[in-house]
Amino acid sequence: MAKTTNILMAGFGGQGILFAGKVTAYAGLFDKKEISWLPSYGPEMRGGTCNCSVVVSDEPIGSPLVTAPDLLVAMNRPSLEKFVDKVVPGGTILVDSTMIDIKVERTDVNVYYIDSTRIADEEGLKGCAIIILLGKAFKELGFVTAESVDKAINKVIPPKKAAMIELNQKAIKIGMEA
Amino acid sequence: MAEKVLMKGNEALAEAAIQCGCRHYFGYPITPQTEIAAYMSKRMPKIGGTFLQAESEIAAINMVLGASSAGVRAMTSSSSPGVSLKSEGVSYIAGSDLPALIINVQRGGPGLGGIQPSQSDYWQATKALGHGDFQMFVLAPSTIQEMVDFVKLAYEVGEKYRVPSMILSDGMLGQMMEPVEFPEKNDQDIPEKPWATNGHQNKRKKNIINSLYIEPQELEDLINERYQRYELIMENEQRAEEFMTEDADIIVVAFGASSRVSRSAVHMARAQGIKAGLIRPITLWPFPDKTIKKSMDTASKYLVVEMNKGQMVDDVRLVVEGKKPVEFFGRTGGIIPTPDEVLAQIKKLAGKEE
Repeated sequence: MAKTTNILMAGFGGQGILFAGKVTAYAGLFDKKEISWLPSYGPEMRGGTCNCSVVVSDEPIGSPLVTAPDLLVAMNRPSLEKFVDKVVPGGTILVDSTMIDIKVERTDVNVYYIDSTRIADEEGLKGCAIIILLGKAFKELGFVTAESVDKAINKVIPPKKAAMIELNQKAIKIGMEA
Repeated sequence: MAEKVLMKGNEALAEAAIQCGCRHYFGYPITPQTEIAAYMSKRMPKIGGTFLQAESEIAAINMVLGASSAGVRAMTSSSSPGVSLKSEGVSYIAGSDLPALIINVQRGGPGLGGIQPSQSDYWQATKALGHGDFQMFVLAPSTIQEMVDFVKLAYEVGEKYRVPSMILSDGMLGQMMEPVEFPEKNDQDIPEKPWATNGHQNKRKKNIINSLYIEPQELEDLINERYQRYELIMENEQRAEEFMTEDADIIVVAFGASSRVSRSAVHMARAQGIKAGLIRPITLWPFPDKTIKKSMDTASKYLVVEMNKGQMVDDVRLVVEGKKPVEFFGRTGGIIPTPDEVLAQIKKLAGKEE
């Protein structure tokens, strides 16, 4: 059975939303899946909010725009409020509970609350909060392999910032164990 | 095989142009196309090329006219409102029998419209981008790989027939990333242009590039000769992709971004036992009438899906000549239709409404 995972990541600019999307997309690519990555663009970005659609699939991808996510990664309250009702029944929501002080009221979705911004700060992983959530997503949903995630991190981080590779790997590990 | 990389459509297209030997880019920023200009501004100075941000779209297209006159591969890119501004220059390029590459990364219109993806410049691209009797060779990519591959095709066909070429993309393809592969060796064998105004050095007769012909008979003769070339393009350069059409009862016709959504819908329809298929025009001009005509042997109904209020549907109806019903479904203003919406239309045509 062909499988498609529609992923939506959303938060403020600067939280690494687009970066996390790229890591996910490259991980899918290394797993020989079809993948697409589509950012929000234009004034939507300038308003400070930022989101990114990623599709990982066994089949050629129709629309790269995710309107009904199987997985929502919410990094701030406006993003959670905007997209919570779009998640498909049975879907998964990952919430950064440092940034978001509300709970998901739906009972037909799987919700994980992780204090990821706080954990990232404490562990010296500033800016890697979303990567902690990604680690959790990879572990729970398994739509890409751990090996490919590792390769993706090495691919997406430019050589100039090689020091970040280790930090992101650590963030993934924390997320997988969270 | 070259490694697959993830690239934004706009950047992939710009890189493809450079690999095809384009060394002259003239443009002006506009969302959602700006990454093309940004990429060119980074790369061109490093490879001895010219990147020039013009004072306006009108200036940029006229710089392309000048560069093309000299026989080099040049290009400009913009998005819908900016392409409208270029229309005078494109008409002059066509009237001067020059090849040139023009990119339109479409957004919603009319006017300033919006900045989200749209296909509402189909009529402009295929019928009348500017005044006068003329056509452009128009390609509609549907993947980032095609954003790359079609650049070469656009240059080659444009140069062969001496016509301007357009790649009609949209904000979705421009902004999204997908795996893409560049040819390992892109031969930059750019054909000689004996007509170019690049200095005769007293060795040949001087060439003149001009679009002004005061004598009506002279102008008519020239346009007739140009239309003979258009006939050849219509005969030789039509391209379309067929997907599950062999036994299809309902054929969806869609190009570019909307063809991706339609393909998913066709898959879903097949899973529900509906014999659906997809024809995806790759060349919008020349319109692939041969493929549509051939499909009329088996298809009983057509559904045209576009991100506009119904433009290409006219061309499908012209080919079908009223012999079969041709229905239309579209979203506009920057909305991308969902596969479910298209599937609902296919089911309606199949008489399987819920």
